[in-house]
Amino acid sequence: MIDRVIESRQFDNFDLRFLGLVFLILGIGVLSIYSVTHDQGGSMPFFAKQLIWILLGSMAFFVMQIWDYHRIARWAYPAYAVILLLLAFVLFEGKTSRGAQRWIPVGPFAFQPSEFAKLVLILVLAHYYSKAPRVGWLQRVVVPGLLMLPGLLLILKQPDLGSGLSFLAVYAAMLLMVGMRSQAMGLILLFSLMLFPFAWEMMWGSLHDYQRQRIMAFVDPGYDPAGKGYHALQSRIAIGAGELTGKGLYGGTQSQLKFLPEGHTDFVFSVFAEEWGFVGVLVLLLLFVALIWLSLEIAARAKDELGALLAVGVVCMLCFCVVVNIGMTAGMFPIVGIPLPLMSYGGSATVMTMASLGLLLNVKRRRLSLFY
Amino acid sequence: MAISGTFDSDLGELQRRLVLLRIGLLLVVALLALRLWHLQIREGPYYRDLSENNRTRSVILEPARGLIYDRNGVLLANNVPSFSLYVSLEDVKDREALIEQLTQLIGLDPVLVRKKLAVRGAKQLPRKIKDRLTLKEATLIESHRLDLPGVMIQVESQRNYPSGVTAAHVLGYVGEVSAEQLEKPDFAELHQGSIVGQYGVEKYFDRIMRGMAGQKSIEVDALGHEKRTVVVDQPKAGDDLYLTIDARLQKVAEDLLGQESGAIVALDPTTGDILAMASRPAFDPNVLSRELTAKQWVEIVQDEGRPLNNRASQGQYPPGSTFKVMMAAAALETNTVTPSSTVHCNGGYQFGRRLYRDWKAGGHGSVDLHQALVHSCDVYFYTVGQRMGIDTIAAYGHQFGLGEETGVDLPSERVGIMPSTTWKQKARNEAWLPGETISASIGQGYVTVTPLQMASLIGTVANSGVAYRPRLVQSIMSRDTGHLRELTPVEKHRLKVKQEHLKLIREALADVVTEGTATRAKSSIVSIAGKTGTAQTSALRTGPEKDIPKKLRDHAWFVAFAPVEVPKIAVAVLAENMGHGGSAAAPLAKEVIESFVKLTQHAPAAGRAMAPKAHSGSSEF
Repeated sequence: MIDRVIESRQFDNFDLRFLGLVFLILGIGVLSIYSVTHDQGGSMPFFAKQLIWILLGSMAFFVMQIWDYHRIARWAYPAYAVILLLLAFVLFEGKTSRGAQRWIPVGPFAFQPSEFAKLVLILVLAHYYSKAPRVGWLQRVVVPGLLMLPGLLLILKQPDLGSGLSFLAVYAAMLLMVGMRSQAMGLILLFSLMLFPFAWEMMWGSLHDYQRQRIMAFVDPGYDPAGKGYHALQSRIAIGAGELTGKGLYGGTQSQLKFLPEGHTDFVFSVFAEEWGFVGVLVLLLLFVALIWLSLEIAARAKDELGALLAVGVVCMLCFCVVVNIGMTAGMFPIVGIPLPLMSYGGSATVMTMASLGLLLNVKRRRLSLFY
Repeated sequence: MAISGTFDSDLGELQRRLVLLRIGLLLVVALLALRLWHLQIREGPYYRDLSENNRTRSVILEPARGLIYDRNGVLLANNVPSFSLYVSLEDVKDREALIEQLTQLIGLDPVLVRKKLAVRGAKQLPRKIKDRLTLKEATLIESHRLDLPGVMIQVESQRNYPSGVTAAHVLGYVGEVSAEQLEKPDFAELHQGSIVGQYGVEKYFDRIMRGMAGQKSIEVDALGHEKRTVVVDQPKAGDDLYLTIDARLQKVAEDLLGQESGAIVALDPTTGDILAMASRPAFDPNVLSRELTAKQWVEIVQDEGRPLNNRASQGQYPPGSTFKVMMAAAALETNTVTPSSTVHCNGGYQFGRRLYRDWKAGGHGSVDLHQALVHSCDVYFYTVGQRMGIDTIAAYGHQFGLGEETGVDLPSERVGIMPSTTWKQKARNEAWLPGETISASIGQGYVTVTPLQMASLIGTVANSGVAYRPRLVQSIMSRDTGHLRELTPVEKHRLKVKQEHLKLIREALADVVTEGTATRAKSSIVSIAGKTGTAQTSALRTGPEKDIPKKLRDHAWFVAFAPVEVPKIAVAVLAENMGHGGSAAAPLAKEVIESFVKLTQHAPAAGRAMAPKAHSGSSEF
């Protein structure tokens, strides 16, 4: 037994495939960031900074595997408390940019607690469901909901609609995977449909003007190309103009001539799609599907519920971000400011995503150890 | 492991639900792929077009307009560089904000800018908002370029008339093509903001001078700033015109008119070349070629002196006694009179109950044709006219070019009126009254002519009855080939009048100057022949000329040619409200003719001196 445990802590074929996919996607991300920002000045180009984030992320990736995930999960509540404090702190002392207060300045960089809040929420919910006796509605749905609520409110207050939605998505995913009995799921669906108008009203009322405009722009982006629908339309033009094989590296006029806003962050997918076309897009989608597939494998083979829940949480968060990001750049969803995992430029998001993937591998590598 | 019972079943349930997650994931990814296939493959070409439109803008490259020189190569119209302000609508995010910025920066009229931006037209073509920006304005705009997306400063050529008002009516002026013009086939290849000739030679020869606009495709970034040039289709410059006008003679003629209203036309009867065509009051074509405000425009149009009217080709006046030149020819040719037959003039001509007065109280006594012309006897021509009848007079009038277009190369020429019985029936729906023939016989009543017609008429008489079409352009310099194309003078027709009759008339006209009504036109350096005329503007006049309000005074006419022996120049002078032709108009004609003689004596030297000027002129754009 001990031998096999030790053995599983070494890199195996699975780990290599997993790591290969992660770094391949990271590489594509850096290339796209380089392509769209290479002519911009500044002391340090974006792609170089992204490489630093990847380095930091790799460290986080390995740090998350040092301790057994059970030990990490024990820190869930304290970590959540710290995150809530940081989220509260960011509201008073944070750095404001484009009407939202999301960043805490750390030296020359800025750190975005809402990104890390997602990972912490996964830990909290996984820890909760694996420990608490789950009988009845209260303990299955309401208590976890109450746990999640302060974080969600603080994030929406910034406001950060994208992170808020991801936060909610993590909760919903965990709820659907373990929180509810099958019959209950149907009822919940019914209730949420009934409650939707009221929830919509509350959500809508709490949004900033520019957020409402973005969502409105989704309804009819062709209405005013220079106004509200501008981002959505330019992104669709970029993707569509890529056609089958793309315009080639640096060949994307939409991104090179800055018609496409935020080409290195939220709209990095559009840059990639314009340069590499449908062929490139299919390859990228396959890479993401393969990564998620491997992650689901880990969840399916987790040795206990905590492991499975952690894995499911990470996978769902990943899926949600990938699907919503690509969907919004392709004009299927409103533009809500969710970065594309592993590809969009951004320190907090990159480090957090890689830390989450580290946690996934942690679950996989300890599935055979009986003692912890 | 105590809790393993529920634990295991929960784990199992979770792992079963993972299968649903996988199916869901695959479905969603398939949906994404489908959407991307739709965007990139099915609608790919559409979006590619959109992205091309996003990045490329077309910029019109205005052609350089052809230059205008006088007959000696003196530059009369050229182009000078000027800054124009363009706005590319596609790059403007907030129109009102832009208008406000422009108003603040260079003080544009917001109403005007809004109107210009609203003009319909090809979507990708930028709208011209203002031309002739000062260097300071252009620099201001350029330095704020980052705050003014879609705003461009273009260097363009601006029409310039170096000698200002001189020959204004001949040259005309240019202006932006109007919305109505754009609908016509002649202007089909033009666009909003194109400059076209709107008056004078500029208008008549617009197609030759305007050239062809080029186009430049530029790649712009999201702020509308030029990144690089994609394609350039160079503009083609328009052809240059060499006029028949002699700028020096033109200046003399204009100065002679001075502040008074009137017109002077001088032409070469042997070719039809118009040497000078002056009309006063005039306008400054430099001002009119600029963009005028509505107020300025109204001021010019409503000016009492009607400066925009080219009195030489558009002013219609009763010819008065100058009409007698044609009457004399008609009378001889129809055998109504012989050179020696006389009419007794006692100062009036009784017709029915009305007495038609001669200008000379007491009359001229017994006069033959020669004397009747020399002293401008009205009674003689009343009698002759009455014998011929109006329709014969009209037939000869038309033969002499009255009531007809001269065919001059100017837009909107007027033809005056050569009345006849059919004309009156048509125009007034009334029968011709016999008494009206009598007024018409001395160029009054319904008869009106333009000074150009009269210059052409007297020139035809001088040139032994051979009528040339008056013209203003003698050659065209093609920019394509670099060749100068001479236009040949056009012989319109020959008068059906015997040479001996014309000779008789010319002799009489010479005596008009030596001993008749136009002794003030007598020159010491050249023999001049001519005929005075006084066109009555109002029938109700009594008392001496100086007591009559100026507006009601007679128009003074003088038509002349010189030298009498071999005519080289024909002149028509019309001075509005200046009284008698002999005193007011004849001296002006004399001055013009004398200047012409002096100028042509020095012509060879002058011609050489001008030649290099023409060359340096053509290097301007």
